[in-house]
Amino acid sequence: MLENLIWGYVYPNESEIQWSILIVLYPYITGLVAGAFIASSLYHVFGKKEIKPVARFALLTALSFLLVAMLPLLVHLGRPERGIEIMFTPHLTSAMSGFGYIFSFYLTIVVLEIWLSFREDIVNKALSSHGWKELLYSSLALFSFDISEKALHDDEKFARKLAIIGIPSAAFLHGYVGFIFGGIKANPWWSTPLMPIIFLMSAIVSGIALLILLYIAAMKIRKHVIDHKCLQSLAHYLWIFLILDVTLELLEIVSMKYASREDIDIINRLLSDKIGFTFYGVQLTLGIFIPFVLLLMVSLIKNRETLKLYMISISSIFVVIGVFAMRWNVVIGGQEISKSLSGTLTYVPVFYSQEGILPALIIFILPFIILLVVTSILPPWKDMEEEPS
Amino acid sequence: MDITRRDFTKIGCKIIISAASGTAIVESMFTKGIAAENPPEGYDWEKHFWGYVVDTRKCIGCGMCASACKMENEVPFDEEVYRTWIERYRVKKTINETREEEVEIDSPDGGIEGFEDDIPAEEIKKAFYVPKICNHCDNAPCVQVCPVGATYTTKDGVVLVDYEYCIGCRYCIQGCPYGARYFNTEKGTADKCTWCYHRITKGLLPACVQACPTGARKFGDLKDNTSEVKKIMDEERITLLKPDLGTKPKVFYIGLDREVR
Repeated sequence: MLENLIWGYVYPNESEIQWSILIVLYPYITGLVAGAFIASSLYHVFGKKEIKPVARFALLTALSFLLVAMLPLLVHLGRPERGIEIMFTPHLTSAMSGFGYIFSFYLTIVVLEIWLSFREDIVNKALSSHGWKELLYSSLALFSFDISEKALHDDEKFARKLAIIGIPSAAFLHGYVGFIFGGIKANPWWSTPLMPIIFLMSAIVSGIALLILLYIAAMKIRKHVIDHKCLQSLAHYLWIFLILDVTLELLEIVSMKYASREDIDIINRLLSDKIGFTFYGVQLTLGIFIPFVLLLMVSLIKNRETLKLYMISISSIFVVIGVFAMRWNVVIGGQEISKSLSGTLTYVPVFYSQEGILPALIIFILPFIILLVVTSILPPWKDMEEEPS
Repeated sequence: MDITRRDFTKIGCKIIISAASGTAIVESMFTKGIAAENPPEGYDWEKHFWGYVVDTRKCIGCGMCASACKMENEVPFDEEVYRTWIERYRVKKTINETREEEVEIDSPDGGIEGFEDDIPAEEIKKAFYVPKICNHCDNAPCVQVCPVGATYTTKDGVVLVDYEYCIGCRYCIQGCPYGARYFNTEKGTADKCTWCYHRITKGLLPACVQACPTGARKFGDLKDNTSEVKKIMDEERITLLKPDLGTKPKVFYIGLDREVR
């Protein structure tokens, strides 16, 4: 059976794919985090008022996904109990060693940002509730109940500063994930200086698309009207970042093919035999070109909000699928070519195993559950409550 | 007691910082000796610098080396993992329209059981064997990418894995351009050729060199001007695998053909 999965010559130690679907999930999840955070900072930093309805929700989304971001890595480790060594004895020449620190730093920023933007609500809840709820919200308020105008103003100023730090950290968090792959000179499919920026652009794209979908879902669940202005503004940013994303992705492929170095034969074989469908079909056509055209039409069509809503939803679904395919094509694709440059192998995912589809599914469902819990503790929809539905 | 938000934040920060540093100190007190800093007893690793020569013209593809390695280092025989292996290259006479040569490369079971003649001799233009082993690079990518420093280079130039430290992330396996590393499922860590460090530090040869019946594999001290390896280095024309990657391998090849990567 093994023979059918291998073409040409692969080094004997390469017969097993080392980084499985869990490692596909890791950059996917961190990408969603970075994207959601950057979407929220469109309001918090750049003052785009039309994004305001989702700004706080975007922060909670970023947090929910961030909390599980390290799980796929941990589950994948051969010795998970030693994982913490990456924090205690980091080996600084390794691109991977910064993970713990960057992750913790970013988590701190997101938590602080959330705390500051929700503080007024938390204090009000603490003052108006009793029993365990009072205790919960009082602790969340850190037993500080000052919501005078001055205090709130200070909060806002500090939150803005934090968000300004937050943008480069979000960019760094995900650009860095790209560098984990881009820095591997042994692998011709990974080794490109464009990798961090490609990862970042696709992260923003996936984060905005996810936010759009979650926002629509949340409004449907709450039976609340959708703010079309906000939605179309998000769609507009999605469209802009799609252009940047596709430019970089095509630039990488075109320059690889044009330069035609020693590894071009195996890269061509990878693109035609191994990941042809997931690359050209899912990543580029479904994930970028179709949403690109649909979103362009959204910005051209006047009125017809329901039609636009459908077009934006479909685009967003395609984008999140397309970005997953992109992660797959990088992580799995890179391992399906042999470093002998003379052969290819095939990754066959298993369902029940430590690194199988089941744990990946569980890990991917977790952030949605966390988001449900977090939004019930900290409802992000304050600004809409007064509006009639 | 009335505390302001500012005070609260200050106290909170202090608690977090002291807890973190406290944990780090306690952790460092209980951490066992670090392998990268301790040579085997009775051995001075400052006095040697090891190198390895493969004369591909002498290899007959018998597989004794790969077999000896698995026995010596308890590398599982029933798994597709190898610390050393032999590749067979057969360049066929058939030349297709593009003038490109058709090269058949294989290494069934790492070459442990030798090789079968599955292509008639008259169809083959030239054929040769290439033994492969970890290059113990001076500028080793696996050492560079290890996030915890579990993979390290000894003072005498050997790249080793500290099995007590490795977290099993497999980044080093991705980073090695030569496919020399594998995942040890029993230990849950990365694993690789050590040039039989337990043997060479006692003055013995690596098992693969010892087992080679034709002298295709040679091992010696580059600091010792009389060693065979040093002499070959000084007198022969030598090639490296993937020199463009800048890894500075310490396995030196004689008689490599252009197909070999």
